[in-house]
Amino acid sequence: MAMSAADIEALLKTAFPDAVITLEDLAGDNDHFAATVISEAFRGIPRVRQHQLVYAALQGRMGGELHALALQTSAP
Amino acid sequence: MDKPVFAEIQSLIDSSEVFLFMKGTPMFPQCGFSARVIQILKQAGVPFKTANVLENQEIREGIKDFSNWPTIPQLYVKGEFIGGCDIISEMYQTGELQTLLDDKGIAHAA
Repeated sequence: MAMSAADIEALLKTAFPDAVITLEDLAGDNDHFAATVISEAFRGIPRVRQHQLVYAALQGRMGGELHALALQTSAP
Repeated sequence: MDKPVFAEIQSLIDSSEVFLFMKGTPMFPQCGFSARVIQILKQAGVPFKTANVLENQEIREGIKDFSNWPTIPQLYVKGEFIGGCDIISEMYQTGELQTLLDDKGIAHAA
């Protein structure tokens, strides 16, 4: 199973409306992505929490439908 | 939500100051992300223990709920969840991982 870049971006945009999102399909297989998410939601919180927020936004798909998402998060 | 396997996971974490849940073993990692973290820990010259989640389905699923983290590998330092491959890589590159080890009083080479 795989997710399209548009699906991922839509979920992230819903959770982080202000986010600047860069998404790269690393292997061209809709299964290995690299994402950079820049949002005010991440300001002042530890990186682990930032990534947990992103995984929560993906509603359980990470580790299942979505095999690999290399993640970088930061505040603007 | 407490599961029976959580006690087993906790005792693994308590068994070493630096503990990694991974796919495969340090000698034969079976996933690129696990391999990357092993490489970093070796470069950092810090002693660590590992559990191979591929050998234990209960731990493989349990650790995801335990840490509230959907993927493997997962690194713990002195009982604290530090992160997965991306976070560890970023922390090693910026020197934060070395600072963390210093702060926690764990000897390391680099």
